[in-house]
Amino acid sequence: MKILIVEDEVGLREAIGSSLEKESYRIETASDFDTASEKIFLYEYDCILLDIMLPDGNGLELLAELKKQGKSENVIIISAKNTLDDKLKGLELGADDYLTKPFHLAELNARVKAVLRRNKLDGKEVVEWKNVRLDLNDRQLFVNNQEVQLNRKEFDILNYFLLNQQRLVTRVALAEYVWGDHMDQADNFDFIYSQIKNIRKKLKESAAEIEIETVYGLGYKLVRI
Amino acid sequence: MKLLNQSLLYLFVPLFVIVSVWAVVFYVNMLDEVYDSIDDGLDNSKLLIIRKSAEDSTVLSRREFAEGNYSIREIGQRNALARKDLYQDTLMYMLNEEEMEPVRLLTTAFERGGKYYELKVINSMVEEDDQIANLLWSVLWLYLLLLGSIALINNLALKKLWQPFYDYLEQLKRYRIDRDEEMNPIETDTKEFLELKKSADILILHSREAYRNQKQFNENAAHELQTPLAVITNKLELLLEDSRLMPENAAVVSQVMDTTARLIQLNRSLLLLSKIENKQFFDNHPVSINQVMRRVEDELEELFLYRNIEISFEEAEEVVANMDAHLAYVLVANLIRNAIFHNIEGGTVRVAFGDRSMTVNNTSSTGELNGSMVFKRFYKADGARKSTGLGLAIVHAICDLYGYKVSYSYEDSHSFRVDF
Repeated sequence: MKILIVEDEVGLREAIGSSLEKESYRIETASDFDTASEKIFLYEYDCILLDIMLPDGNGLELLAELKKQGKSENVIIISAKNTLDDKLKGLELGADDYLTKPFHLAELNARVKAVLRRNKLDGKEVVEWKNVRLDLNDRQLFVNNQEVQLNRKEFDILNYFLLNQQRLVTRVALAEYVWGDHMDQADNFDFIYSQIKNIRKKLKESAAEIEIETVYGLGYKLVRI
Repeated sequence: MKLLNQSLLYLFVPLFVIVSVWAVVFYVNMLDEVYDSIDDGLDNSKLLIIRKSAEDSTVLSRREFAEGNYSIREIGQRNALARKDLYQDTLMYMLNEEEMEPVRLLTTAFERGGKYYELKVINSMVEEDDQIANLLWSVLWLYLLLLGSIALINNLALKKLWQPFYDYLEQLKRYRIDRDEEMNPIETDTKEFLELKKSADILILHSREAYRNQKQFNENAAHELQTPLAVITNKLELLLEDSRLMPENAAVVSQVMDTTARLIQLNRSLLLLSKIENKQFFDNHPVSINQVMRRVEDELEELFLYRNIEISFEEAEEVVANMDAHLAYVLVANLIRNAIFHNIEGGTVRVAFGDRSMTVNNTSSTGELNGSMVFKRFYKADGARKSTGLGLAIVHAICDLYGYKVSYSYEDSHSFRVDF
């Protein structure tokens, strides 16, 4: 899997690059409009992360160009602009997703995986690891082909972990994933903790081959046993 | 008061004075002319009588006016020579009117056959009181007629003349700075209106420019802050994944990360606030607040369960507001989250709809809050909580934007009410 990161901020470009390399993707980067347009038209990528505010041009123009050539699928727009206008324009031009800066690496990871999975076109929305299978269409969890009941938030959290296997997921990222952008209060970590506790219990009882590990008390990691 | 009526008011009072003065002057002039004419007649009669007296001596013996209009009596020479023609007003009994009526009297003297006579000639006069009454009525009618016709003409002419102004005013009322609309031209030759339009157009141009700059600044500020914040968060996340990190260092990184998360939340909320205050939300549609509430309740269901808080609804009516759907969501969600987070274990949240309003009631461990402070930015009732203190400020800003009233009251429980 080859991913192109178009981002002018060097720190962000590096961070996104190292994070995605851990998922064994092949990473290429472009720091400006011209380099990006050159790479996009010379090579094929499985996914393009596109910052739309570039020093020498608007990323939306690249997107329009891609759309003209029928290559606009698998583009995730990364923008500091959180305006509905841009979001709609981007999606209209064929982008698959729109991510507002700042985001968590776990969130980016999940979005990239979702986009790549959508592209498989086998119609089956399933996330699997070891003997654990999550059916995204019916929102069901199976361990050893036995269904395990989860409430809605538990399902969302486990899904997030499965998209970030063996990666650190901070509780801040989890809280934002579960509650959305405008969650003002930070003291809902105890709720997250209680949900994780429930999931752990259910995984253990159903003899799953994976478990949720606590990392430094500030995040979690889904690992195999 | 409309301009039309005001201008009429300004016309009516001076017009009354002018017509009145005119009536007086007219009356005096007319009377003067009448006297002149009567006096000329009397003078003529005098000459005729004197000439007649030369032919007919019986004339000289008319002592009384009776059916004629003159009387003659003999007087002394000295007396006669001192006489001058004297015109005066006097009263005389009139048979037909059966009352004393004013008459004009000419007293003069003449000499006939060496004798001197005094001659008095009369002529009936205009009846002054009748004349004044007549004139008064005429003037009154004239005044009313003038008023009526001026009002009518004014109405028609001004309406026609001011029509472009009202058209333009209507355009200005409908104008929204965030939409890139041009103002329509107005069809008029009136210099003042053209100048008004020119000034207003320039004003609009400047405002639009300022608005664009502001919007640009907002977006730039977002970009400038969000990107460094993204770098910090993502680098910290990578650092935490580094296996060489010592646990004691991880604790520090963790603290930095939590602080950064708050900073990010703060920045987002401030951006949302400035966006609301710059009126950058105008995708208004009718939104059912009840439905938004259901959605929020559904999303927060697990949190209600976890905190053991019971939520109940009283839906007397469906409250529909014409507003931006996203802002409607933020408004309701912030109120409900507020009601959850400042609640007690096993408490309640009551939501009531009715009277085009929504009221959110919640139990709490704190007593009454400062009503004038509760919607202020960064106000925190219980300082220990790590909230940004912007949730209710955002609610307030949204209500301000749409002209809704949001209020706080306390009666055993906190109550937030929004009148849509």
